[in-house]
Amino acid sequence: MAMNPRDMGDYRTQYTLETFSFLPQMSADEVYDQICYILDQGWTPAIEHEAPEKAASHFWGMWKLPFFGMKDPNDLLDEIEACRQAYPDHLIRVIGYDDFTQSQGHNFVVYRPRGM
Amino acid sequence: MANQTFDAGVQDYKLSYWTPDYVPLDSDLLACFKIVPQEGVPRDEAAAAVAAESSTGTWTTVWTDLLTDIEFYKGRAYRIEDVPGDKEAFYAFIAYPLDLFEEGSVVNVLTSLVGNVFGFKAIRSLRLEDIRFPLAYIKTCIGPPSGIQVERDKINKYGRPLLGCTIKPKLGLSAKNYGRAVYECLRGGLDFTKDDENVNSQPFMRWQNRFEFVAEAVHKATEETGETKGHYLNVTAPDSEQMIERAEFAKELGMPIIMHDFLTAGFSANTALAKWCRKNGVLLHIHRAMHAVIDRHPRHGIHFRVLAKCLRLSGGDHLHTGTVVGKLEGDRQSTLGFVDQLREAFVPEDRSRGVFFDQDWGSLPGVFAVASGGIHVWHMPALVSIFGDDSVLQFGGGTQGHPWGNAAGAAANRVALEACVKARNEGRDLEREAGDILREAAQHSPELAIALETWKEIKFEFDTVDKLDTAG
Repeated sequence: MAMNPRDMGDYRTQYTLETFSFLPQMSADEVYDQICYILDQGWTPAIEHEAPEKAASHFWGMWKLPFFGMKDPNDLLDEIEACRQAYPDHLIRVIGYDDFTQSQGHNFVVYRPRGM
Repeated sequence: MANQTFDAGVQDYKLSYWTPDYVPLDSDLLACFKIVPQEGVPRDEAAAAVAAESSTGTWTTVWTDLLTDIEFYKGRAYRIEDVPGDKEAFYAFIAYPLDLFEEGSVVNVLTSLVGNVFGFKAIRSLRLEDIRFPLAYIKTCIGPPSGIQVERDKINKYGRPLLGCTIKPKLGLSAKNYGRAVYECLRGGLDFTKDDENVNSQPFMRWQNRFEFVAEAVHKATEETGETKGHYLNVTAPDSEQMIERAEFAKELGMPIIMHDFLTAGFSANTALAKWCRKNGVLLHIHRAMHAVIDRHPRHGIHFRVLAKCLRLSGGDHLHTGTVVGKLEGDRQSTLGFVDQLREAFVPEDRSRGVFFDQDWGSLPGVFAVASGGIHVWHMPALVSIFGDDSVLQFGGGTQGHPWGNAAGAAANRVALEACVKARNEGRDLEREAGDILREAAQHSPELAIALETWKEIKFEFDTVDKLDTAG
């Protein structure tokens, strides 16, 4: 069935930040589930933060060290909040370090400062 | 042995090459062939003939055999098994000593194992089902120029499959219009776009022209989205010098990835390109045109799992594997069997996946499995479930066929992909809850809602021709 050309939508290019950027902002519960996934895989959770204008660099600032041995997802939520208070103008992402593949099994942005 | 005498004439192959008591060494290269012998040829004689003709033997004895230690160099047929569900065919297992093969040369291995022997008259048909490469041999091969882990680090994409798309129509676009199509896909949320394998350097679009416009599209999309983008620039060329020239130009333009067709161009060219990519830090996407000519017939040729293993040794960072669910041939268990061979460090024997040997890959990097061909958003949950994170899912028509165009089509696929990954991580069953997951995601994405509506009726349900061998 031919569509009226004027029914078409315009797709506006988005500035995105990789995995989960195309989903709505996650609630704390949703972030909690992803942290559980990281811990269940046996990966080590970590937090990174960076000023939005420097987001493209490979290395963001590291919040403390990766949390080796952390078991409770709520502890990581608390650390995200502490990082946010310390760097309210920064982007914050959660990482799951996979020592077997020597890679990151997960990496997604959990906080965008106002206006981003 | 000084007491040997030269006895001219023809003797049965099995006297020398059928050794059922032989225990293969860790350093042996092992092969499993499926053989259908001519009528009246016993199985052990047929197996021994294949072992002989693919190693040291010829049809008659020659005096020069006595100048060397044939017992050391010969291939040995050491086991015969029935093929489930096929009374005429049988499996023959053959062990080859490591010294029969030049180091780091897939070319040499194949020239021996699938050389003259495939035309041998005593055999009606012959198929190379699997090869166990000894670790000692693997350590002599270059392998993937970057591999999964390095590629992820370079392009900063983690925790999900990558998304790609082959630019269509596959032939006939001008370079500028082609670059437009690339830009639209990438700005919409794809990670990669791809030259069709048929695109080399035709009169309608010469390669330099294409590379320049595509490079502008890739750079612009990268800058605007903040994400690393790439286009597989096909450097497959009439000769290796031109192949390298094209690769050099891609690098000069700052392109992160190039592409090659390993079967039509050949393993020698492919390995040369892999070495160039390792040296120059450029990723290498591998297409597999011509594979179905070689691997589709269940009784003759080479199984794709062997071609996939050979590619991992020759070098490539991505390899097409079929989709299981799309328009092209591919049985699920069998596909998972060779996807493991691409990505894992060790793959145990598993006949339910068509894996005939334990295979230790040592430290050779892994290769991304590429699922491409006739797939669209409705397939996304199954694809994420089947292929997992270390894959590239490529939606050609499924991106560019979107009613609003490439960018909206790309966004629809990206939303669907991320929704599936999120749901999987939350413990939901992707294949059972596929419809719910996609419909929920579409509530915040008009692009996805329209894609779901557009492709809701398309299915590709034909029986697989090359099935795994099973009884019944």
